[in-house]
Amino acid sequence: MASFKPTKIPVYPKLGEKVTQDTLYWKNYKAPVQIKEYGAVSNIDFSPVAPHNFAVTAFSRIHVYGPFSQEPVKTFTRFKDTAYCGRFRSDGQLLVAGCEDSVVRLFDVSGRVALRMFKGHTKAVHVTDFTSDRYQILTGSDDYTCRLWDIPNAAELSTYREHTDYIRCGVTSKLNRDLFITASGSYDHTLKVFDARAEKSVMTMDHGQPVESLLLYPSEGLLVSAGCGRYVKVWDLLKGGQPLVLLKNHHKTITCLALGSNGERLLSASLDRHVKVYNTTTYKVVHNFDYAAAILSLALAPDDESIVVGMTNSILSIKHRKHTEESKEMMSQQRRRPSYRVFVKGKNFVPKPDDYLVSKPVKEHLAKYDRELKKFNVSKALDASLEIWLRKKKPEITVGVIKELDRRGTLKNALAGRDEEQLSQLLHFVIGNIVDTRFAPIILTAAEMILDIYKSVIGQSALIDQQLLRLQNILESEINLEQELLEVLGMLDTMFATSVTRKEVPYSDVGRSNGLAQGEASSSRPELFRPPEIK
Amino acid sequence: MVEQAEIRVVHQGGSNITFREPAISSDSRFLLCASGHNVKVFSTVTEECVQELRGHADLVTGVLLRPSNHLQAYSCSADGTVRLWDFTDGILIKTYVIGYPICSIYASASHDGVIFIATPTKGYKTLDSLQLLAVHLPQTAGQLVETSDLSAVLSDVSANPATVAFGRAGEYVASTNGVQLQIFFFKKQKSFRFSLKENSCSGRSNTFTCVACHPTDDCIATGHEDGKIRLWRNFDQKREYTYRTLHWHHSTVRALCFTPEGSNLLSGGVESVLVQWRYQQESQQDFLPRLGAAITHIAVSPDGALFCTSHSDNKIVLIQSCVKVSSIIQGLVKGEAVQTDLMVDPRSKALVLNGKPGHLQFYSLQRDRLLFNLDVVQQEFIHQEGLDQFQVVMATLDGAGAWLATVEERKQETAEAELNLKLWAFDEPSQSFVLNTTVSTPHEVRITAVTFDPAARGQTSLLVSCGRDGLFKAWRLAVPAHPDDGGPSWTCDFVSAYHGLTPQRCCFSADGSLLAVGFQEVVTVWSPASWELLLTLSQPPGIIRDLCFGRLSCSKFLLGTTSSNQLCCWNLLTCSLEWSTSMEVSLLLADPLSDNMAAFCHQDGNTDLFVFKPSEPRPLFSQKAVCSGRVSRAVFAPREVALESCEESSQWLNRSQLYFLTPLMDLLTFSTRAEEERLMTASKQLVVDDSVAMTPFQLLLGKRRPHHQAAVEDPAVRPPADRPVPPGGSAAVRELLQSPAHVLPAAAALCSVFMEALLGVATETRENETSAGETPSDPEEEEEEEDSDQEMETRATRPERGLLETDSADPVLSRAQVRELRRVRKLDHSWFSSLLDS
Repeated sequence: MASFKPTKIPVYPKLGEKVTQDTLYWKNYKAPVQIKEYGAVSNIDFSPVAPHNFAVTAFSRIHVYGPFSQEPVKTFTRFKDTAYCGRFRSDGQLLVAGCEDSVVRLFDVSGRVALRMFKGHTKAVHVTDFTSDRYQILTGSDDYTCRLWDIPNAAELSTYREHTDYIRCGVTSKLNRDLFITASGSYDHTLKVFDARAEKSVMTMDHGQPVESLLLYPSEGLLVSAGCGRYVKVWDLLKGGQPLVLLKNHHKTITCLALGSNGERLLSASLDRHVKVYNTTTYKVVHNFDYAAAILSLALAPDDESIVVGMTNSILSIKHRKHTEESKEMMSQQRRRPSYRVFVKGKNFVPKPDDYLVSKPVKEHLAKYDRELKKFNVSKALDASLEIWLRKKKPEITVGVIKELDRRGTLKNALAGRDEEQLSQLLHFVIGNIVDTRFAPIILTAAEMILDIYKSVIGQSALIDQQLLRLQNILESEINLEQELLEVLGMLDTMFATSVTRKEVPYSDVGRSNGLAQGEASSSRPELFRPPEIK
Repeated sequence: MVEQAEIRVVHQGGSNITFREPAISSDSRFLLCASGHNVKVFSTVTEECVQELRGHADLVTGVLLRPSNHLQAYSCSADGTVRLWDFTDGILIKTYVIGYPICSIYASASHDGVIFIATPTKGYKTLDSLQLLAVHLPQTAGQLVETSDLSAVLSDVSANPATVAFGRAGEYVASTNGVQLQIFFFKKQKSFRFSLKENSCSGRSNTFTCVACHPTDDCIATGHEDGKIRLWRNFDQKREYTYRTLHWHHSTVRALCFTPEGSNLLSGGVESVLVQWRYQQESQQDFLPRLGAAITHIAVSPDGALFCTSHSDNKIVLIQSCVKVSSIIQGLVKGEAVQTDLMVDPRSKALVLNGKPGHLQFYSLQRDRLLFNLDVVQQEFIHQEGLDQFQVVMATLDGAGAWLATVEERKQETAEAELNLKLWAFDEPSQSFVLNTTVSTPHEVRITAVTFDPAARGQTSLLVSCGRDGLFKAWRLAVPAHPDDGGPSWTCDFVSAYHGLTPQRCCFSADGSLLAVGFQEVVTVWSPASWELLLTLSQPPGIIRDLCFGRLSCSKFLLGTTSSNQLCCWNLLTCSLEWSTSMEVSLLLADPLSDNMAAFCHQDGNTDLFVFKPSEPRPLFSQKAVCSGRVSRAVFAPREVALESCEESSQWLNRSQLYFLTPLMDLLTFSTRAEEERLMTASKQLVVDDSVAMTPFQLLLGKRRPHHQAAVEDPAVRPPADRPVPPGGSAAVRELLQSPAHVLPAAAALCSVFMEALLGVATETRENETSAGETPSDPEEEEEEEDSDQEMETRATRPERGLLETDSADPVLSRAQVRELRRVRKLDHSWFSSLLDS
């Protein structure tokens, strides 16, 4: 005969973000290591050679950290003022940094004292970088100039005075030793591409807003710029600087850009404390990190081994990728192997064509609460559904069972006759879920029943009384909240109503003479129009 | 009016088969049950109806096997006759005229030639007070027999037929009424009365509901309204009687029955659980739970091998004695009311309506058979009276039958009603509907109407629902945003309201380009393509009750009925009222295949039918007093083969047939005379064999009929020993069957030839039978048949040639043997079909 139909557990739409491959990938990091620096972390740069140390520029110091060390392996302190933009050369041997005092210093990563000092700028130098031939240095300064320097003799090679405002970011081409791009901050809004062989800039793009960060794709066909205007813009250099994509996902100034996963993901960090991860083929946000403070700098180790973020509250946060799951999987596979063989046993048997198959009746599996419901043990069914992991992890199952009991008219029987511990469990669940809109109707009914049943024993147990008081507080605050929401809704309605222009509804004489009215409406809110006369 | 007499209202199947206790034949092969004015004989194996015993002029109120001849059965009816039937052949043997309406019939093996009937006491017209009469059946020849030898046995008998039972060897009869048990001993001519208190100590009623007597022991089992079963003993003494109480049922015990040996007691009730109590060891029970609906009757076959339970949802379940369900005979399920509209499934041409609680039933009108039940609610149904459960209140199918939308609701006193809108997709591989989308609380208050866009196909399907919350919503099939979310599902596409009025009705035009929504007094017409309000129409006073677009040539008309008894027809081209007439239309329907409309009008307690074209002033057909009461559900079902009636009055029935449900839940239809004649001839052709359920295979082997019937006619020499022996002449076949398998060619090679031979016999002999006396069939045709046979044989034997050369000693199927086989098939193969029979 018809078998027992298990309790229907409604499927609720999952709230929050969807779990995708990307979220799994970007969530697979260990808890961050937090290091307090001396001041706001303005720049982080990874050494291009293994073991991929990274230089952290904070206030008047540059710390170099090893990949897994929490203490700096090297510190450069010979700055007279705030240091800027400590960057490694492509061989990881040299490090260059600008300074508020307009002097650019070049360090050997194993030494302490500056190898060279480049003097010539008149204001703070915010941008320093090595060109791809490793013998020259690009600098950009607040005196509106960017200069090329020769490393061996610390001589200035050329000066470009095309920017009309502070230069706050710049990159050099990794493929062409003569090409570099700078952008100026505050008022200039332009991105300029310079060629060291030419006197002037070869390309100018207008970002429209002050630019804070620049990024060149490894192929160097695309340039990404970001800045105060909360926009990330992607430019196609090969098409003469045509804007390609406009991303508008942050709500404060974007301070830093980085590429991850071999250039397949673009990361942007902002003062709004978020780091967003974009897919570089679709330019959709695939993941989002939250940090405690406004982010000034961001860097990714090669292969996304670690994410390093520097913030305005002078905290450096380092997240390392988890690597344990592979070994864990190996172990679990080894453990599972015999049981898999047990499952497969006899399954791969192919019957001969004239074999007579006798099928064994399949015993259907029922959950514990369903087994109790099948036997009409209502209290036990409720107990089974109130098991701690079930009510914590899957409250919809507990609610489903309560609903089923209510449908059977036996909810009161199931709720009654509980001792202090069981009642406190029940109240705990009710308190936790009563304000959930998905569950509220049935849990309110259950809560009323509980109060009805147990009102005679109120005052006998301190624990229960405390929980009941909590329940009361929650309900009061919920009522207040809903009231406020309704007020907001009312305000919104009036605003919408005034913003929609009124349309006169035309009436035809024919319609009126026949006792018919003809109306027109094109908006999806026709109830806002003046009601046409029906007669 | 002469023409109109040709069309008449007829019952269309779906009659109640669980009105009275069914009877199982002694060989457990047939089940007899009262069904409306007829008695139906079902095969217990195939669940098909094999015979319909027609003859009674009124409701059949009882079916009973004749104790002295197990191939005959009595049936009694409210028309005052008892009829004796040979149910295997469907022959009426005798008709005994009693003269009073009969409520139930009983018999006892020890009272030969006497039957007991319950009739209303003289002077009382109502069924409140019945008396049990013993009727001595006169042994006269002739079909129609008047009976006069009536003697009263008991008075004050309850109208429930389950409250009378005959005891061990017919020595006494037990009857209950109210809280009184009355036992009458035939030998002593003495009766004893025992009564219980009105209410038990727990305050529940002690009223007797059913009674059963042990077949070999002096023990009477009685069922009570509070769910108790009492086993009475020593009831031949006034004072020293005892009873024992068994309590498992939580509500009324509806049926009780002892197995023929008396080893078990079966009981059933509202819980829809069959309980089997061991006699003398009542603590041991077997249960058969979840039978689907409340048990109303329990019957046991005379050999005890088969039980059957009748259920309140018009179902008979056959149960083997090991408490295992063997088959289910399901009639049209009728609840108290049909809440969904009647619909016709475009694929299966089945009528779709509410069935069991929480189900939709698909009922084949042509075969008068329930095709399947679709479980809409998908929840365990709790069989408890007074429990508020989910009910399917609305259902609608789209034009191609690819989508089904259902609305289920449950009313609660405490919170607001729970509502679910479910959308089902037709699944080709499983040939049934699969749940696609569930929308919980699609509207805040109850839903008043749902309808599909009839013209839309596939991905563009559109569903519109109207709710009491003043909104109407459009739902569309949407492809999910993420490919890993599964298939497409339905989402809300558009929501609108009109001045806060409640939408009551919605209707799509046939091409799906217009949607009319009736907001109380106002009809609004929308364009589903742009969701623009195109025009509003109104005809106050009166709330719009029904809306219908005209079809085909009349598609420019929109018809509506209002609560102020107006039938209005608007012309959508001129936006004006074309005509209106004053009549109280309870239901307005459009025929999907023609431009006709049908209006059921309620007048003076009767319902009249008018069939008209919106463009013509005069109705095509009208019939007064189709039935009493208000018709609220009807449907036009497309015919499979269109009729070719030329007469004006019956032309509207050419392409579709109109079915409607009366307030008493009878399914009626209109049929023309030509159609009835055709049906009559068709039914005559269908009678092939009486005893065996008709299967295609049986039709093939049906040639042995006369011989077999002779065996049936004479029941005394029927035992299996007398089964016709396999013919000795078929030596080749015997050789084939008896020779060891390893010396025979492969069965694959032999089988087709053998079966071909058998089939050839069947067709040929049938031909001979039917065309006996006529010209013999075309010899050329036969020749062709032979040729094809030979071809097949050669093909089949070819692979054996090689084998023949290597091992010539083996008796391979040579040409000669094939000839032999062919010769054999000319012989009698009746033994084969008798094998199949057994």
